[in-house]
Amino acid sequence: MSTNTDATTGIPAQRSGGTGEPRKPGRAQRFADGGGVLNVFSHGFLALWAVLIIVPLIWIVIGSFKNNTEIGDSAWSWPSHWSFDAFTRAWDKGIGDFFVSTVIVLAGSLTLTMLLGAMAAYVLARYEFRGNRVIYYFFVAGAMFPVYLALVPLFFMMKNLGSVIPWLGLNQYAGLILVYTAYSLPFTVFFLHSFFRSLPSAVHEAAMIDGCSHSRAFFQVMVPMAKSGLISVFIFNVLGQWNQYLLPLTLMQQQSSGDPDRSMLAQGLMNLAQQSGYASDFPGLFAGMTIAMLPVLVVYLSFQRQVQAGLTSATLK
Amino acid sequence: MRHRKTPFIFGFLVVPVALYILLVIWPYLQTFGYSLTDWSGASSEMNFIGLDNYTALFKDGAFLGALRHNLLLLIVLPLATILLALFFAFMLNVGGKSGTGGVQGVRGSAFYKVVFFFPQVLSVAILSVLFQGVYRTDKGGLLNGVLIALGIVDENHPWDFASNPTFGLWCVMGVLIWSGVGFYLVLFSAAMQSIPKDIYEAALLDGAQRGTTFFKITLPLLWESIQTAWVYLAIAAMDAFALVSTMTPGAYYGGGPDHHSEIMATLLMRNFITYGKAGYACAMGVVIFFITLVLSVVSLRVTRREKIEF
Repeated sequence: MSTNTDATTGIPAQRSGGTGEPRKPGRAQRFADGGGVLNVFSHGFLALWAVLIIVPLIWIVIGSFKNNTEIGDSAWSWPSHWSFDAFTRAWDKGIGDFFVSTVIVLAGSLTLTMLLGAMAAYVLARYEFRGNRVIYYFFVAGAMFPVYLALVPLFFMMKNLGSVIPWLGLNQYAGLILVYTAYSLPFTVFFLHSFFRSLPSAVHEAAMIDGCSHSRAFFQVMVPMAKSGLISVFIFNVLGQWNQYLLPLTLMQQQSSGDPDRSMLAQGLMNLAQQSGYASDFPGLFAGMTIAMLPVLVVYLSFQRQVQAGLTSATLK
Repeated sequence: MRHRKTPFIFGFLVVPVALYILLVIWPYLQTFGYSLTDWSGASSEMNFIGLDNYTALFKDGAFLGALRHNLLLLIVLPLATILLALFFAFMLNVGGKSGTGGVQGVRGSAFYKVVFFFPQVLSVAILSVLFQGVYRTDKGGLLNGVLIALGIVDENHPWDFASNPTFGLWCVMGVLIWSGVGFYLVLFSAAMQSIPKDIYEAALLDGAQRGTTFFKITLPLLWESIQTAWVYLAIAAMDAFALVSTMTPGAYYGGGPDHHSEIMATLLMRNFITYGKAGYACAMGVVIFFITLVLSVVSLRVTRREKIEF
C-alpha cells in the first residue's frame, strides 16, 4: 500500500469496483477527523509532560543566582541581581575535584569493562568447550540482582585487599575501577554474546585459513565487525557507571583524616546537599547541580541520536 | 595451519572470570553464609545461629512494612511507567494527522523525544537534589509554589510532600516515573518503528479506529519490548535506595517518618552500618535475592508469547 494515497479519496479503485456504487470518502475521512481531535489531545499531553521536565531544571538554574532568603521566600521570586558567587562557592567546595575523580575512574573502568567483556563474550559465543554454558549463565545471573545484596561482604573484601595491596583498597581509584568493571561485566557479556553470535562466521574462517592466530582474528577481524554493538554497550556502561551511587558511597569513604577526598560526582554532590542542609547554602547547592548538569547536557545534546539508538538497541537485544 | 584453541580460550577467559568471581559471585555467596551468623560487621567474631535471623526477620514489623512498600513499588512503578511511555510513544509515532493517508507521528516528535529522554542521563544524585527543591515543604518549593499560585494550597500551610507519612513513598515514585518514562518511550518508539506501516494502513482502510489499531496491532507486536521493560523496572523497583535514603526523612538512610517510606534496601543498610547487625542485614539480602529471582523467572514465564517476525 503506498503511503501517499489521498485520505479523502483514499480507497484504491479496485476495491470499490465490485459493488458498483460510487465510493464516498467514508472510512478514510472518518479516520482523518478522529486524527484531528486526537492530534490536539496528544499535543496537549506531550506538551504538558515536556513542561514537567523542563521547568524544574530551569528553576534550579535560576535558583543558583538567587540568595538564600530569596530561595526560602517564594518559588516564583526572581534573583535580585545576577552574580556567579554561588558557582564559585560550589566549585571551591570540590565539584571540580569530584569531576576529575569521576573521569579518572570512568576512563579506567570503561576501558577495562569493554576489553574484558568483549574477550569473555567472544570466547563464550564462538568457541565450543566444556563449561561454556555454565560460565555464560554465571555471568547472566549477575545482571539480575541489585548491587546492595553483595555490599556488606564486598566492603570487607576491598578492605582486606587493601591491607595486602594498598593501592587496591578502600578509597583508592584502582580498587573502585576493578569493582565497577566487575559489576558491569554481566550485562556487557550478555549483550555482546548475542552480538558476536549474530556475526557471519565466514570472514573469521577465511582469516583462520590464511594463518591468522585466534587472538589476532579477534582484535583485527571480529572487533571491527562488532563495532556497532560495542558502541551501544559502551554508551550503556558510561551512563550506568556515571550514575553509580551506592558503590562509591560505601567504598570511597575517607579512611583517615589524612586520606584525600576522592568522592565521585554523585556522592560528592549528595554530601554537599547534606552539608548545605546545615549551612543552608542553597544557592551554592543549586549552582553545584548546574555545574554537574552542564557537561552531561552538552554531551547528550551533541550525541543524543547515538545515545538513544545505543541505549535502546542495548536493552532490546 | 591450526592454532591451538585451549590456551587461547583460557587466556581470554581467565581475567574476566577471576575478577567476576572475586568481586561479584563471592560476595553474593558470602551474603548467604553471613546470614546464618550473628556477625556484627565490626569484628571478625561470629557465631553460627542457624536460621534465627530469618525467623526474627518475619516477626520484624519494620521489615514486613518495607517488604510491603517494595511490593507496592513493584506494581505501581512498572505499570505507570510503561503505560505513560506506551501512550507517548504511540502519540509520537502514529498519533499524527493523517492528512496524506499515511500513518505518522505528531509534529515535533524529535524534539519531544530529546526532552523526554533527558532525565535518564541525569545522575541519581542530581535527581535527588533537584526534587528536594521541588518538594520543599515551605512556600519556596516549586510544587508548593505552583499549588499556591493555583490557589489549591494555603500559603501559610504548605504541603509536606516527601516527609508526609502517607505520600512520602509516592513522591519518590513520582521521581522514578518522571525520570524513567523517556527511556521506555524511546525503547517502545524503536520497536514501533520496526512495525511495517502497511499493517496500520491496511487496518485503517478496513475501518479500524485508532484505539483498535493500538490494542490489536501495536500492543501485540510490542509485547517483547514491554516484557523487557517490565523486568528492568522491576529491578529498579527493588532498588530505589538512593532516592528513598536521601529524599525521605530519617536520621540514617531515610525511610521515615516512622518507617512509613521504608524499603528493604534502606532497612538493610541501616542494620548493617548503623546498628552493626551485619548478619541480620545479610539475611535480609538473601530474602531480597530470592524475591528478585522468583519475580524475574515468573514474569518471564507468564508473559511468554510466540515471537512474531516481520
